[in-house]
Amino acid sequence: MTKEMSGAEMIIQAMIDQGVEHVFGYPGGAVLPIYDALFHQDKVRHILVRHEQGAVHAAEGYARSTGKVGCVIVTSGPGATNAVTGLADAMCDSIPLVCISGQVPTHLIGNDAFQECDTVGITRPCTKYNYLVKNIADLPRILHEAFHVASTGRPGPVVIDVPKDVQFATGTYAKPKTNPHRGYVPKTKGDPARIEQAVAMMRTAKRPVFYTGGGVINSGPKATELLRQLVQATGFPITSTLMGLGAYPASGPQWLGMLGMHGTYESNMAMHDCDLMICIGARFDDRITGRLDAFAPVSRKIHVDIDPSSINKNVKVDLPILGDCAEVLSEMLRLWTQNPGETQGPAQKSWWKKIDGWRARKSLAYKPSDEVIKPQYAIQRLYELTKDRDTYITTEVGQHQMWAAQFYGFEEPNRWMTSGGLGTMGYGLPAAVGVQLAHPNSLVVDIAGEASVQMTMQEMATAVQYRLPIKIFILNNHYMGMVRQWQELLHGGRYSQSYSEALPDFVKLAEAFHAVGLRCEKPADLDDAIREMISVDQPVIFDCVVDPAENCFPMIPSGRAHNDMLLGDAVENLDEAITEEGKVMV
Amino acid sequence: MLASRALAGAGCGASLSIGKRDISMSATSHYPVATVSEAIETHTLSVKVDNEPGVLARVIGLFSGRGYNIESLTVSETEHEAHLSRITIVTRGTPMVIEQIKHQLERMVPVHRVVDMTVQARAIERELAMVKVRGKGDNRVEALRLADAFRARVIDATVESFVFEITGAADKIDQFVSLMLPLGLVEVSRTGIVAISRGPDGM
Ligand SMILES: Cc1ncc(C[n+]2csc(CCOP(=O)(O)OP(=O)(O)O)c2C)c(N)n1
Ligand SMILES: [Mg+2]
Repeated sequence: MTKEMSGAEMIIQAMIDQGVEHVFGYPGGAVLPIYDALFHQDKVRHILVRHEQGAVHAAEGYARSTGKVGCVIVTSGPGATNAVTGLADAMCDSIPLVCISGQVPTHLIGNDAFQECDTVGITRPCTKYNYLVKNIADLPRILHEAFHVASTGRPGPVVIDVPKDVQFATGTYAKPKTNPHRGYVPKTKGDPARIEQAVAMMRTAKRPVFYTGGGVINSGPKATELLRQLVQATGFPITSTLMGLGAYPASGPQWLGMLGMHGTYESNMAMHDCDLMICIGARFDDRITGRLDAFAPVSRKIHVDIDPSSINKNVKVDLPILGDCAEVLSEMLRLWTQNPGETQGPAQKSWWKKIDGWRARKSLAYKPSDEVIKPQYAIQRLYELTKDRDTYITTEVGQHQMWAAQFYGFEEPNRWMTSGGLGTMGYGLPAAVGVQLAHPNSLVVDIAGEASVQMTMQEMATAVQYRLPIKIFILNNHYMGMVRQWQELLHGGRYSQSYSEALPDFVKLAEAFHAVGLRCEKPADLDDAIREMISVDQPVIFDCVVDPAENCFPMIPSGRAHNDMLLGDAVENLDEAITEEGKVMV
Repeated sequence: MLASRALAGAGCGASLSIGKRDISMSATSHYPVATVSEAIETHTLSVKVDNEPGVLARVIGLFSGRGYNIESLTVSETEHEAHLSRITIVTRGTPMVIEQIKHQLERMVPVHRVVDMTVQARAIERELAMVKVRGKGDNRVEALRLADAFRARVIDATVESFVFEITGAADKIDQFVSLMLPLGLVEVSRTGIVAISRGPDGM
C-alpha cells in the first residue's frame, strides 16, 4: 500500500509500521513538523524527557529490557549534541536504537545557520550507521533500513538526520517490503566445520571454561536457553562479563561469578589456568584480560562472535567462529548431545576440585558492621527483599555498579541494564525510566551512586510526569567512590576532587520533584526501609548512607595478571601492589 | 603520518623491583598492546563501497579514529550504474593490525567487499604522476633524455619548462622525481596507488 504524505508523517508512520509504541524525545525548531505529526495520532506515545542524553539512555533501557529497537527524537544543534553521549554508550554496548534528529533546511546546511551542527559528522564514529536525508524520495527506504541496520548483526545506534524542508515535503510512502541494505548482510550461521572442530576441542578439554558476554543477551532468549543447556550438558564452569550477567543464572551450580577487574577470585583463576576457553559473545575487553601477555597463558581459545572485528583484536584465538550466538550454540549443543565428552572423569573432577578451592577463599567477603551500612550489605539486602519479585536493575557507574554486579544475583537475561563499555555516569536513572515504561507492573531499581545520579537527576521529573514508580537506590558514600579507591591505591591517598563537599538533601530533592524521599543510616533499619521503598507506588529516591571508606574487591590492579589479584583482606599490602609503571598505564 | 598502533607499546619490557616483590613489567597495561615482535608489513587493500555522501569520510575516520596508517589512498566511482566506488588503500601494520583493519572495513554498512591485494590477489600496482621541471640548456636536454628512459611523456611544454606524465610502480616514480630534482624540479602531483589482480577474475 502506498500513500502520499509529508516527511514528518512518514517518520511517524514508519515507527508505527515497525511496531514502535514509545519514542523518547525533546522538541525544538527543527523537529516541529514531526511533533505536529505526533500530535495527530495516538499509536506512538511520546515520552518527554528533560535532557536529550536522558532520552537516549531511556531508549537504551527500553531496548535492553525488551529486545526491541529503542526510538529517540531530538532537535538540531544542541539537541543532537546532547544525544551524543547516549549514542556513544549504545555503540559501545551494542544497543539497537534509531534516533531521528532535526536539521536546518537543506539550503542552509553548511551556512552556520541557527542551531546547525554537522550531526552526521559528529555522530559518525559513535553510531553503527547514520544518514542525512536530502531527498524526500529516499526517506521511506532510509527509515526502514535504519531499523534493519540497528537491530541485525551486532546491534547499534543509527541516526537519521532530517532537514526541516524534507519533513515538510510530500512524497510517496510505502510500507516495508523486505528490502535490506544491498551491501549489508551480516553473517549469522557459523561455519559448520569450525563448530565441529570446537566441539571436538570441548570433548578433550581437561580444564575448560565458558566465558560469555553481552552478545548472548543481544542474540535473544533462545541463545540464553541454549547456553544454559550446553553448560549443563558439558558440566563446564561458566563466567561472564558485566554485560553478560543473567544469561546463566547466578544460582546455577556451575556459575563462577563475574570475571575481570572486579570479578571473583574463582572466575579469574579459572580463566588463567584453563586449557580451553570458550568465549561466546564477549570481546576480550581490557577490563577482562588484564595483562595481555599473561592472559590465560596455557589455553586454547574458541571465540564465537557476530562481529568479525571483535575476533583477534586484542587476543589471538585458535578457533574463531563468525556467527550469531544462538545459531552457533544450537549447533554446538546438537553435536555435543550426539557424542558427548566425558563429564565426570578424573580430569573434570580435579578441575572442579581446584575451582572449589578457589571458591573457598570467598573473595567477595567483607567486614560486616552494626554501626554503618556496608554497601555490599545494602545490595545483599536489596537482593533478598526483591528477588522474588519481577525486578529489573539499572545502575550508574562506579563502585556501586561493581557491587551490584557482584552481590545482586541475576537469574534471567534482560534484567540488568548497565553502562559497560563507555561507563557513563548518569545512565541508570533515565534507563530505569525506559525500563519502567516497557514493564509498567515490574519493580525497577536504579542502584546509584550519589555523584552519578546527579548527572541526569532531572529525569525524576519525567518519572513523575508519566507516573513511573522507579526506585533510585543511592549508595551514598559522599565520594566518587571509584575515583577515591583508585586515588587510595594508586595516588598515595591524595583525594583530589573526589569528595562531594555539597550534596543535596536527597529526601528533600525527591519531595521537590513530587516524588518520595527515604533515608536510611543504620543497618538495623535497612530492611524496613527497603520494604517501604518497594511498597510505595511512586518514584522514590532512597538515600542509603553507607561506609564512605569501603573499597571494591577483588581487584586486578594495573599491570597485573588474572592470578595476581588484590583481595579484600590484603589491604595491608596495597603499597607494593601497584607499580609506578602501572600507574602511568591506566 | 599517524603513529602506528603496533608501536604504541614499544619501550616497555623492563623489569622493576618494588618492595619485596619482583614484578615483570613487560606490557604492563590494562589496554591492549600489540606484540612488538610482529613485523610491520605494507598491504594494499581494495575496498568496494556504495558511492554515497560521506563514505570516504567514514573510511578515513576509521583510520584516524583507530590510529591506523594511510600511506596512500585513491578513490573513484568505477561502476556508474550501480553507484559503486573502488577505494585503494595502502596501509602499514603488524599482521594482527592489518587483519583488524580489514574486519573494521568489512563491517561498515556501505562497504561491499574488502580484498587484501597483497596476499589474496598477486596484484599489479600502478601510480601516475605529473612532474613539472623548469630549466634551460643542458638541464633541459638531460631531463628530456631521462624522461625518455623512464617512458615518461611530455604533456605540456614551454621554452623553459616541461610537464611529464609518468606511470609505474611507486618506487619508479620516486626515482624519476629524485633525478629531476637537480634538473629544476618545480612540483609533482601524484594519484596514489591503484591496484588490480592478475588473471581473468575480478575482486
Ligand atoms: C560521565 C562520566 N564522568 C566521569 C566518569 C569517571 N568516574 C567513574 S566512577 C566515578 C565516580 C562515581 O561516583 P558515584 O556515582 O558516587 O559512585 P561510587 O563509585 O561512589 O559508588 C567517576 C567520576 C565517568 N565514568 N563518567
Ligand atoms: Mg559515591
